[in-house]
Amino acid sequence: MSQEEAALALKRFGLGPRPGDIERIAVDPKAAVLAELDAADITRLDDDRLPSTPDAFVAIRHDQVARSAARKTADMPAKGTAPAAAVAAMKSAPPPAAPAMMAVGGNGGMAAGAAAAGMAAAAPPKPPAGPQNRSMVIYLDEIDARVPRQLAAEIGYVERLVAFWTNHFAVQSDKNEQIRGLAGAFEREAIRPHVLGRFEDMLVAATRHPAMLLSLDNVDSAGPHSPAGQKRHMGLNENHAREILELHTVGVDGGYTQADVTEFSRMLTGWTFARDVDKPAAGTFAFKADWHEPGDRRLMGKTYPAPGGKQPADQQGLAALHDLAVHPDTARHVATKLVRHFVADSPPPAIVDAVAATFTATGGDLKAVSRALVENDASWAGERKFLTPQLFLVASMRAYGVPIEGKRLVSLLRELGQEPWCPPSPEGYHDDAASWLSPDGLTTRLAIADSIAQRVRFDDGPAAIATQLFGPSLSDDTRRTMERAESGRQAAALLLMSPEFQWSRT
Amino acid sequence: MTNDLAKGGFAHPSRRVFLAGAASLVAWSQMPRYAFAGQSRDPRLVVVILRGALDGLAVVPPIGDPAYASLRGDLAVGAPKIGGASQLDGIFALNDAMPNFRRRFASGEATVVHAVATPYRDRSHFDGQDVLENGTENPRFSDSGWLNRAVAALPKGDAVRPVAGLAVSPVVPLVLRGDAPVFTWMPTNLQASGPDTADRLLSLYTHSDQELARIFAAGRKIDMLAGTGGAPGRDMAGQFRSVAAGTGKLLAREDGPRVAAISYDGWDTHAQEGPEDGRLDKLLQALDGAFDALALQLGPAWKDTVVVAVTEFGRTAQMNGTDGTDHGTGTVALLLGGAVRGGRIVADWPGLGPTQLYQGRDLKPTTDLRAVLKGVLRDHLGISERVLANDVFPGSLMAKPLDNLIA
Repeated sequence: MSQEEAALALKRFGLGPRPGDIERIAVDPKAAVLAELDAADITRLDDDRLPSTPDAFVAIRHDQVARSAARKTADMPAKGTAPAAAVAAMKSAPPPAAPAMMAVGGNGGMAAGAAAAGMAAAAPPKPPAGPQNRSMVIYLDEIDARVPRQLAAEIGYVERLVAFWTNHFAVQSDKNEQIRGLAGAFEREAIRPHVLGRFEDMLVAATRHPAMLLSLDNVDSAGPHSPAGQKRHMGLNENHAREILELHTVGVDGGYTQADVTEFSRMLTGWTFARDVDKPAAGTFAFKADWHEPGDRRLMGKTYPAPGGKQPADQQGLAALHDLAVHPDTARHVATKLVRHFVADSPPPAIVDAVAATFTATGGDLKAVSRALVENDASWAGERKFLTPQLFLVASMRAYGVPIEGKRLVSLLRELGQEPWCPPSPEGYHDDAASWLSPDGLTTRLAIADSIAQRVRFDDGPAAIATQLFGPSLSDDTRRTMERAESGRQAAALLLMSPEFQWSRT
Repeated sequence: MTNDLAKGGFAHPSRRVFLAGAASLVAWSQMPRYAFAGQSRDPRLVVVILRGALDGLAVVPPIGDPAYASLRGDLAVGAPKIGGASQLDGIFALNDAMPNFRRRFASGEATVVHAVATPYRDRSHFDGQDVLENGTENPRFSDSGWLNRAVAALPKGDAVRPVAGLAVSPVVPLVLRGDAPVFTWMPTNLQASGPDTADRLLSLYTHSDQELARIFAAGRKIDMLAGTGGAPGRDMAGQFRSVAAGTGKLLAREDGPRVAAISYDGWDTHAQEGPEDGRLDKLLQALDGAFDALALQLGPAWKDTVVVAVTEFGRTAQMNGTDGTDHGTGTVALLLGGAVRGGRIVADWPGLGPTQLYQGRDLKPTTDLRAVLKGVLRDHLGISERVLANDVFPGSLMAKPLDNLIA
């Protein structure tokens, strides 16, 4: 019984089982999940390779300027040699460290190299074409840095929460290459520190992060009656304000009107970041007071007076974010999304109520909220969930202890429609079966499973590892299918495609 | 198999789903061959959904409207000092990013309906797209799509068409969700596994998971029919084109689908819109290339084809403070194909003066998009007005089908 619960814990709240995981947590699966919330520094991801937001921004800008200059040179009749910047950008990320646990598959680094070589013929990477730019290099470094973390996670509940919140506050890497280069830093600096902290802090950090300000177009939004608006004819852009209301806080049924959206966008005028790379503050949030629309504002029935005296005018927007963060509709919106993500495509109202109540009672303490979700017995019952593409690939790496190199991982996730930090809208990726379970999706998964399976060797026969991974949830059908497979590779591919693997429970 | 797939395969027809990438999905539905009033026509319908809210005033700018140039400032494509658009008639011009559409307009194969909108009047993309696709007045009113209901309502004709569905892509868009069988297809770069592994997997699913079995079997069939459907293009224009070319190829087949839906993302131009030389210009060029690819691949079947491109709502009439436009209301619908009665602009033009704008900020919609779609479905596919008003677009009695859209 508790082995079944352990299997469920690893699929429903975690990143999928590694061999031995079920055995290890079977004593008390729920406690094992909850214990992750108390582990020291569990939300942090530190890696010397990864630049901070300001460093990344400055590097990307220098690269953009250099490439632009190189393009101009290239347009001249005599074609020159490759520009220095492009050469510098060729730097490739070191292979990811071997995971802490390697049940099968041999040397992680070698396996990754072989896979990358085999990949060249089978699946040429998709765009962007041309020489790799700095943004893409940073982006791939960020992806590479997360893989060892995903492989090493005991269960992975906290990493799931990180991914959930980054998707909640979605930035769109396809919109502009600066966003792509900043997306990883956005997750590390605006999301991770608050995943087990306060929702309001995360909301403020996400709203002020350069990647978000770029993604939702607030960087140049200025009040028409501000000094800048008057002198330089700058004006409002309401995109960010609308999506904070609709997507990040109260939700589309939160009772706001077009007038509220416009008022809120006025409150956020001047919220931008320093873009002059020659200034020390480059790449950090900046409130430009002379872009701010002067005057009192009214949002959802409440007046936010223009800050008086020496109070900085961004207090107005911060006050609104505070009220939105603790709004009951925000609690409900967030709770519904959490329950849908972890428990069921149609979120059971009783669980949503309980999680929302915790959110409200604690003023948005996300550790308490995350705990409440797991502690609720109903969260362990209910329907099955279909793995998203990202979870499918992470679970596959964990099952066989085979890391996939960032560049290839991104290419595979593009094929499956879930490229990291690159959703097609600010709403982020959906996570229900209706979004991912399709004929084309399944055949693509099989092709990917087949290529991953090339790297897997079974020392004790395929059924042994299936038992270790699935415990009592391994069906006789799947066991027989694996035992009768014509090769280890075929068995390994079929295991990844089995119903036990593709669903959170069978 | 196909009927089971449609009913069980996509078991959660809940919400509109976003599609991957800039251009991503074509889905189509199998359609029985039917006798069309004794004619030999074999009509095809392609619905192109432009997600993100297309700025109709930048595609077909009303350069003859006295308020246009000053409202749009630097974005006033087609205005005297800006250029970038050429006259279609006394009021309207067409953005020069769409030379293929212009050519077809001139030869009577393309038309524009202007100042059009769905019944949705708020400004959320997500709810707006749900209304666009579910064919009702409210994002929550239906879990199925109008195009699926239209397929289900088609007059049944003579022969039973062989199993056809194909399709590409991660998901079925809401507009095609419902009881009628639908398949998805999308170009891919991946090498398929060997047939033996796929056979074994299907056998495993058949024994242990009927849902996966149905969907996987459909996927294999699609792969066989589509063959090497063409790898996706590398840039945006290439992606748009390869999705359209694949769709055209499949619709052209004698045993292929007859109704398809394609989605193209990226139209949410809040900043640096660039209708003349920037982002929107590139998007429109890519769309124009996709239209061209459809026509090319459809070949002789193009004469029986209608392509209709629609979006969830328009954008503000005035440009915003960041050289872009925010969420608005009225916009355009584009129709083209050999079966379209083209060469004209269909518009009850409301004007862009301060008192003429909707809520003082948006192009006022004067034509219900459902009236456009009903006109197409009635005259191109032969669906009765009663069925259109009751089943396909429930509650749309007041939105009478537009006449004379089809040749």
